[in-house]
Amino acid sequence: MKELERVNNPHGDDKVMDACGLFGIIDTSGRRFSGEAVIQAITNMHDRGNGLGGGFAAYGIYPEMADHYCIHIMYATPASKPETEVFLKRHFTIAQDEEVSTRKARGIVKPPVLWRYFVAAEPHCPEGVAQDDYVIERVMEINTQIEGAFVFSSGKDMGVFKGVGFPEDIADYFRVEEYKGYLWTAHSRFPTNTPGWWGGAHPFNILDWTVSHNGEISSYGINRRYLEGFGYHCTMQTDTEVVAYAVDLLVRRHGLPIEIAAKVFAPPFWDQIARLTDEEQELCRTLRQVYASLLLNGPFTVIIAHQGEMIGLTDRIRLRPLTAAVKGDRLYLSSEEASIRLIEPDLDRAWIPMGGEPIVGRLKVKAVEKGKIKARA
Amino acid sequence: MKTYIPPRFKVERDQERCIKCQVCVNQCSFSVHSYDAEVDEVFSREENCVGCHRCVIFCPTHALNICKTPLDYRENANWRPEIIEDIIRQAESGGVLLTGMGNDKPYKVYWDHLVVNASQVTNPSIDPLREPMELRTYLGRKPERVELERGGLKLKTKVAPQLTIEAPIMFSALSYGAVSLNVHESLARAASEFGTLFNTGEGGLHRKLYKYGKNTIVQVASGRYGVHSEYLDVAAAVEIKIGQGAKPGIGGHLPGEKVSAEVSATRMIPAGTDALSPAPHHDIYSIEDLSQLIYALKEATNYTKPIIVKIAAVHNSAAIASGMVRAGADIIALDGIRGSTGAAPKIIRDNVGIPIELAIAAVDTRLRQEGIRHQASLVAAGGIRCAADVVKAVALGADAVYIGTAALIALGCTVCQQCHTGKCAWGICTTDLSLTKRINPDIGTERLVNLLRGWSHEIKDMLGGMGVNALESLRGNRLHLRAVGLSEKEMEILGVRHAGD
Repeated sequence: MKELERVNNPHGDDKVMDACGLFGIIDTSGRRFSGEAVIQAITNMHDRGNGLGGGFAAYGIYPEMADHYCIHIMYATPASKPETEVFLKRHFTIAQDEEVSTRKARGIVKPPVLWRYFVAAEPHCPEGVAQDDYVIERVMEINTQIEGAFVFSSGKDMGVFKGVGFPEDIADYFRVEEYKGYLWTAHSRFPTNTPGWWGGAHPFNILDWTVSHNGEISSYGINRRYLEGFGYHCTMQTDTEVVAYAVDLLVRRHGLPIEIAAKVFAPPFWDQIARLTDEEQELCRTLRQVYASLLLNGPFTVIIAHQGEMIGLTDRIRLRPLTAAVKGDRLYLSSEEASIRLIEPDLDRAWIPMGGEPIVGRLKVKAVEKGKIKARA
Repeated sequence: MKTYIPPRFKVERDQERCIKCQVCVNQCSFSVHSYDAEVDEVFSREENCVGCHRCVIFCPTHALNICKTPLDYRENANWRPEIIEDIIRQAESGGVLLTGMGNDKPYKVYWDHLVVNASQVTNPSIDPLREPMELRTYLGRKPERVELERGGLKLKTKVAPQLTIEAPIMFSALSYGAVSLNVHESLARAASEFGTLFNTGEGGLHRKLYKYGKNTIVQVASGRYGVHSEYLDVAAAVEIKIGQGAKPGIGGHLPGEKVSAEVSATRMIPAGTDALSPAPHHDIYSIEDLSQLIYALKEATNYTKPIIVKIAAVHNSAAIASGMVRAGADIIALDGIRGSTGAAPKIIRDNVGIPIELAIAAVDTRLRQEGIRHQASLVAAGGIRCAADVVKAVALGADAVYIGTAALIALGCTVCQQCHTGKCAWGICTTDLSLTKRINPDIGTERLVNLLRGWSHEIKDMLGGMGVNALESLRGNRLHLRAVGLSEKEMEILGVRHAGD
């Protein structure tokens, strides 16, 4: 018998449909700041969620352990923890592990046991296998094979905190304001066909990639089939998972810049392409021809982040909202402009990006050089 | 020998309306109507009537109606009238029974058991009258990934030659000789005007139509009729025809009567001789031989055109298709059991092959499992009747479809299944000059373009309803289909779930 509270989509529908509120900040100078502002901003969009999922992703929060993969795991059953730990010990070197610190919070019922492990892939990772690939495979194994255990964060020097509840309650529960990061994203969820499951909340994570998503991807069926051809198993049946894997495939495995990946997810129309220079036309046409099955069609806004970079993107006819704003070194992305102005009333600039136009915030080179932030190769 | 076959149709002539103008006499190529000047009356030989409606449509006073003869055999679920009459015909002729068009037996039409999704509340449907909606399709081999020059946005990847079509619909192979030059010209011009391709079939390409080469797929079949370097050069793509849905496993037969001077010149065979294309290609007895022909054609065309390989959908299509892709085919065309023909043995047409819906699903699934789906495009043919069939074919995994019968119906065909007689009263499937002039290429082009335009609008409407604005988001997206009244096994093969699930 399936434990319904641990299944993302107990109805067996093809995917989870939801609408949501999104928020993100990156300080491109690399300065770390507390999660307080981002909590305030996402709380201001309370009505965009229905209390069935809230979450945060924060980058630069574990500087002392920045060389280790930090694996956050939710245990829904007592038996799953020892079983997972045996698995972890067999495949990783565990440098440190601890319970994720929480406090009692309003609206948080039946939370799973939450544990965090700082691990290294050496010496277990076989030669010739990229450590990132090794970690992804192990994470997939835990998530698909160990009953009751779910890895919800697996990157370096970053972490995801999420669960069932309004984001402000989740923040309270995870003591999010106590962490300091230079890049934050937040999500408030309004699922329509699921009771809400801790693992199903956003941001969705794989390695240090996180995706927060508002929308329903009508091309899900083919996106998923295409990704399966590259060994990605969509176990959660959510649109968001598809976005995360698609980004991983294009940026990490195929080595394309995120701006190019955005042209795959939300490509220009053929008649727009026809107006470009010959060289640009060839690029856009080739991308659409080769990655036709990765066009994300239907209404969506996503905030994608990884170490040193935050990207906001809407579908190509902008069926879901996104506002961008800049103040000094900080770039803001939000479903609603009011949330940005709430925490930073004096903006240099605020605007609504065009559909399909990626808004990219990147750490300045100086910040990376100073060794403040460990940039990924 | 006195025939025991009773007339199939009854000619009803309203004598009060008939003005003895003899249009019916002149229009009927099956010699049904005749005028007797002595008594000033029009008579009918009903036993000749094939039910093509030519006389009905052209009778200026609507004096004519054709209906089924009410003659009944004693009811018998096993010895049905068609079976009885086939036996009678063979007893009288001693030959193979020939027929035209596609399989007319009531095999399950899976299109009619699949329904399409639409957006409600959680995502907005898109209005194609107000928002862009893209049907453009590129057919051909794609690389697995895109590579850029180091540190730049310049492309390193070069994509193999592609066919560009503005909707996922092309005209299926109809050979010159089987159909008339006017039909070929109508198809060629409609393809050019709309932005798609027509397929020459195996009878070569008349020089008059070379100017439509950019919108032409030329076929290389087992008879190699009309194949020469100029023919290959002028085309957008070359199709190797291995099999045809209407007659898997056998070749073609164009009777000598249809080989007119022009057909003879185009096919490069003597006038008046039967054109018998062999059942197999005699230089292809296995997959490695196919690979040689594919590469011979690629060499001959300097790697500038995609090579299509067309097979009839049969039991092992998935495995065969996989081999074809590995042998170098850039596009695979699958022709299902309801695919049509100008002439085929009835026994083959009605009993050999599998429905196209199952073949599309099986091939698409297999190529994905093997990680080679991107290496070839998939074109489905054989019984595509309307825009919904196109949508469903694409959702099952086809990149595009070929339409043959539907295009002929647009030109006037009423599917009377007399293609093999060469007497087509609509002037389509004949080379009799007195009949071929019934197709006016100007009007034919317009009717075909209208059909493509109408279907395109309908496809856009359905796409918009599903909440997507590009055809590629539907391709292989079987979640947008649900089955109504199919078994578990059928749904497993089609990769779809039941409605309500």
